Amino acid sequence: MLTKESIQKIDREIAKYPAGRKQSAVMAALAIAQEELGWLPSEAIEFVANYLDMPPIAAYEVASFYNMYDLKPVGRHKLTVCTNLPCMLSGGVDAAEYLKKKLGIGFNETTPDGRFTLKEGECMGACGDAPVMLVSNRRMCGGMRPDEIDKLLEELE
Amino acid sequence: MLDIEIDGKQVQVPPGSTIMDAARAVGAYIPHFCYHKKLSIAANCRMCLVQVEKAPKPLPACATPVTNGMKVFTHSELAVAAQKGVMEFLLINHPLDCPICDQGGECQLQDLAVGYGGTASRFREAKHVVMHKDVGPLISMREMSRCIHCTRCVRFGQEIAGVMELGMANRNVHSEIQTFVGRSVDSELSGNMIDLCPVGALTSKPFRYLARSWELSRRKSVSPHDSLGTNLTVQVKNDRVLRVLPRENEEINECWISDKDRFSYEALNSEERLQKPMIRVDGALREVEWNVALDYLAHALKDIARDHGAESIAALASPHSTAEELYLMRKIVRGMGSGNVDFRPRRRDFSSDGKRAGTPWLGMRIAEIGELDAAVVVGSFLRKDHPLFAQRLRQVAKKGGKISVISVSGDDSLIDLSAQITVAPRNLAGALAGVVKAAAALRGAAVPAGLEAVEPCEQAKAIAGSLAEGGKKAIFLGNVAEQVEQAGQLHALGAELARLTGASLGFIGEAANSVGGYVADALPTDGLDARQMFVQARRAYLLMGVEAEFDCANPQEAVAALRQADLVVMMTPFRSAAAMEYADVLLPLAAFAETSGTYISAEGRVQSVNGVCRPRGDARPGWKVLRVLGNVLALPGFEYASSEEVRDEFIPAGASFVENLDNGIALPLAPVAPAPAGGLERIADVPIYFADALARRAPALRRTRDAAEPVAYLHPATFERLALDAEARVRVRQGQGEAVLAARADAKVPPDCVRVAAAHAATAALGEMFGSINVERA
Amino acid sequence: MAILGALNPILTVGWDGGAAWRLQDYVKRGGYKALGRIFEERISPDQLIGEIKKSGLRGRGGAGFPTGLKWSFMPKDFKDGKYIVCNTDEGEPGTFKDRDILRGNPHAVIEGMVIAAYAVGAARGYNYIHGEIWDIYKRFEEALDEARAAGFVGKNILGSGFDFELFAHHGYGAYICGEESALLESIEGKKGQPRFKPPFPASVGLYGKPTTINNTETFAAVPFVLNMGAEAYLEAGKPNNAGTKLFSVSGHVNRPGNYEIPLGTPFPVLLEMAGGMRGGRKLKACIPGGSSAPVLPAEVIMACTMDYDAIGKAGSMLGSGAVIVMDETTCMVKALERLSYFYHEESCGQCTPCREGTGWLYAIVHRIEHGAGRPEDLDLLRGITANIMGRTVCALGDAASMPVQGFLKHFRDEFEYHIENGKCLVPPEVQRAGSTFFKATV
Repeated sequence: MLTKESIQKIDREIAKYPAGRKQSAVMAALAIAQEELGWLPSEAIEFVANYLDMPPIAAYEVASFYNMYDLKPVGRHKLTVCTNLPCMLSGGVDAAEYLKKKLGIGFNETTPDGRFTLKEGECMGACGDAPVMLVSNRRMCGGMRPDEIDKLLEELE
Repeated sequence: MLDIEIDGKQVQVPPGSTIMDAARAVGAYIPHFCYHKKLSIAANCRMCLVQVEKAPKPLPACATPVTNGMKVFTHSELAVAAQKGVMEFLLINHPLDCPICDQGGECQLQDLAVGYGGTASRFREAKHVVMHKDVGPLISMREMSRCIHCTRCVRFGQEIAGVMELGMANRNVHSEIQTFVGRSVDSELSGNMIDLCPVGALTSKPFRYLARSWELSRRKSVSPHDSLGTNLTVQVKNDRVLRVLPRENEEINECWISDKDRFSYEALNSEERLQKPMIRVDGALREVEWNVALDYLAHALKDIARDHGAESIAALASPHSTAEELYLMRKIVRGMGSGNVDFRPRRRDFSSDGKRAGTPWLGMRIAEIGELDAAVVVGSFLRKDHPLFAQRLRQVAKKGGKISVISVSGDDSLIDLSAQITVAPRNLAGALAGVVKAAAALRGAAVPAGLEAVEPCEQAKAIAGSLAEGGKKAIFLGNVAEQVEQAGQLHALGAELARLTGASLGFIGEAANSVGGYVADALPTDGLDARQMFVQARRAYLLMGVEAEFDCANPQEAVAALRQADLVVMMTPFRSAAAMEYADVLLPLAAFAETSGTYISAEGRVQSVNGVCRPRGDARPGWKVLRVLGNVLALPGFEYASSEEVRDEFIPAGASFVENLDNGIALPLAPVAPAPAGGLERIADVPIYFADALARRAPALRRTRDAAEPVAYLHPATFERLALDAEARVRVRQGQGEAVLAARADAKVPPDCVRVAAAHAATAALGEMFGSINVERA
Repeated sequence: MAILGALNPILTVGWDGGAAWRLQDYVKRGGYKALGRIFEERISPDQLIGEIKKSGLRGRGGAGFPTGLKWSFMPKDFKDGKYIVCNTDEGEPGTFKDRDILRGNPHAVIEGMVIAAYAVGAARGYNYIHGEIWDIYKRFEEALDEARAAGFVGKNILGSGFDFELFAHHGYGAYICGEESALLESIEGKKGQPRFKPPFPASVGLYGKPTTINNTETFAAVPFVLNMGAEAYLEAGKPNNAGTKLFSVSGHVNRPGNYEIPLGTPFPVLLEMAGGMRGGRKLKACIPGGSSAPVLPAEVIMACTMDYDAIGKAGSMLGSGAVIVMDETTCMVKALERLSYFYHEESCGQCTPCREGTGWLYAIVHRIEHGAGRPEDLDLLRGITANIMGRTVCALGDAASMPVQGFLKHFRDEFEYHIENGKCLVPPEVQRAGSTFFKATV
């Protein structure tokens, strides 16, 4: 299901926790699986659950609880725009509107070419850099005014 | 002890008690949904908020520990305001579809809404909708919008059933109870979640829309299935059993029942019910009146006894029969002069007969299981054979008790095991002998005679170690241990291990009257046992509740003997294609719930029940049929007016437990396995929903995963040797019989063994449950 | 890097825009000296806890609980493994200080955690870092590798015989994991559902073992407290409000960012440090302690000093020190709608009043904002918050309710206007101008 590299990464996470506490690595393991597969198909969740000796539904509970996991396929780049109050005061909602218009999609939609998925995000703990957006869960971008957004979109293939 | 005052009432409670515990002690009712005395505390519904003196906020009674001198007000203004506030929240997204809800009339939310709900709702937004789910044939999750997220069902799976099949996915108001990607709920205890659900979210699929709860009369009964003696409430409308629920008995089943106990009742209304007596005339079975059938039968038996001797008559009864039925069956056959009586059709080895010190039993009270520090279970498909017994052991393991299993398959018992040995059936005694020898070494005792050549493995030493420590310990022999060829040896080895370690020895027992049959003495007396009566074919057979092709240790041998007999009498609630072929007389018996009678459970508890509805068609209670047969045969002592009179003849009146329970045995130890007879060794489990005539005819149970078509499970090496693949089918053969089955590699199967279930039509042509078997690619 | 300014700083001294975060930089700034001194001078755990108590250091995560007191709750004779956990699950809207601490000075947090572990007798620790700041999580793991290699973490730390293993655990998008017991559940590999308390983590914490959980900033302050001495730290602030604190200033200011100031500094000073109001507009309101703190109108906040007592007296909370500044372009209904959506979205769904109540609150505020408000809605909102507050498993219920109560208390007229007129008192074009999305400054 997952590559050797991913398994090695998961093993490294498991090693962080006391013996018999493999389940603690589920968040990391799901993140690693998602990084490799682009999203989390149920087979991946079950694989992770079995690997960590936990019931699949318990892993599913985790995958469906934390909002950075994608239980449906997303585009090559997932843009999560924070629209929470501090960002909103500095253009977070405007940035989301700008992106919607520019990409021709709404929240939770993917461009027809499969390039971008747009998501509405909650506070990412970077309010000083508003408007803030997160690219594919890994790259936080701040000060996202129109020019910056245009630049980012160009850069992301 | 801590002093606490609840609504002005003083009470003392032990440290660690919650306000809810204390309230129960003084009889103060605190409304609640998520709290359940058998489950962990979730404190999520918030319905049990109460006022505590000096606390600034209302506190949940279920989760708040009592402190000394605490003053609690469960119905103060503050408490009731909090409770009403919670009720409002519970109702805003609840559909309020009580008129069409199956839970209506027995719904905790409905009941409490009367006391704590408003007359009108302040909620004017759109209600949240939750999609329905399909989780299999037993539990309906069609109306999940009704769910109030108490998570009782989830906790039940995690804590009681030992398997988390339901979870609460997502978060916030989108939280939903569901299985993993639409899978079914397969636990053999799943139906308890229906009882636990305080609303109409989880309902009984077979019962849905058949009746309102207030239309049902509730009657006490006891499960006829496994040996636990599970207490039931049978619910009847218009003389039909429409639902079976647990009747709480902390000493036996607590508040749980297995799905087999819960859903087997459907078979009572089966198309296959035998409704009239039948006799074979000119080769064809014809329906006749009772007097005709019994006259015919009496004459036929007398003729055979006269022409061939009474010993040419044999009787075999199901251990699911009532004790009265077993007793009268024996009395008739003995009265005619034959000693060929037995009630143990799946037994193969009878070497312990005549060597037992008393009635074999569990060795302890069921309630004592929870006090165990260590236990080893030998020869058992524990979870499927005895779901609630397994549940008790699961709780022991959770509290740190050491549970081990020595068996013929490495099935997951959903118990945190401290050691496990999986061996071929013929090595089962050898494995137990290893533990015995290791225990002797630990105790510094001499090697028991007969065990000189035994080499204990590491796991055997670990098991011996767990039993050698202090505390309360037990050795339990399961169904397989009584079914294999070395059953007597396993008994003797268990007794020796018990002697060495101070553990108690017990038989879990296959059926509701596995102890009762011994008490009723439905055993051979200078006659043939359940095996020999088929090996040495008889002229006449009386079968009570036995379906030979499913219920015998060697169905092939049994059915062959029946086919050659002059007279085969079946007393049974059901007709079947096989019976129509080999039976000459069919007498329709009242089934479970239709007859009065007694079950004596594994712990020796005597439980007599009444019939709760009329028998189907012309069926009659077994004790009445046998009583009249005794009269027609002009046998003395058949003047009973009630089943109680029958019972009182062999059980002291008023006894709660039978006497002379004793697992002692005088049999020399000789655990050496006989050499394999060529081919592979068969391991035959009795699938949970085919174990008895009732369960195997319950439609909903038949649709569960546990009732799937049998598969030949091979050790992976065998699988490879036969060059099989995932699509492969195999032909398995024993003697003249064969079956073609799907094959699967299974590392839980010991080497050179194949697991092929018994008690199923697909494998009924096969022979010994644990005999040698040939397997080839089909 | 968003540490933009400081007044008599303690924590942020010598930070170099986030570049000088490595072990060598930290050691140059006097890092790990406190830890070394503990072992050299054989300072006992009790002495340490006493020193932290004396310093008056209070938890910087939001509740402001005295740190030394919290440490002293850990059972001393418990032998079966105790834990230290750092809470870097920073998700309270307005708060972004912990990210910058881990970016600029991760070793201060590591040193603080090792010292805490020694003080309470813990053998293992985790820093829970929210998943949105992945680069920071990676940086912390790197810093841990450095610390391990240098013998500050691991077996026999600095030859003292004291063992302490420390790891990073990442979140993946759940505000509720900032609640300490939800955070523990999350480390255990479960949904982040808060536990009912008691028992508190100090008796039943991670994996059921005694656990001390502190905020990132709290741990980061520990080495400095010990280096400068408890009394000096105490005096750096004001009575009952010891030391300095990082304030995250966001919203309608010219220079949003983190500012380290002594507790007790007047709000106008902080506002001035943050560059004053954006575009010179008029201050309308301020949420002084993260989104769950009740909002304060301009005249109230301008008269406040930034400390636990003063903000509390003004009817709000200092919380995590997240200062959300709103000018006159702000529609207070829209602002509350967004916050209410947040609490509804982030409710873990476990307990009834929060799961159902937060959704209900949002639905009503949403209706009001979209012109479908009803006159009875405002009283209903109050009624719902009264039924949520104090009745939930954790504080999220209160956190969702307090903004509603605060906004209604101070800006009821705006809500009434919305209900009566179906639109906002602040014209849309004025609102749009406030964000400066299309122009850096207006």
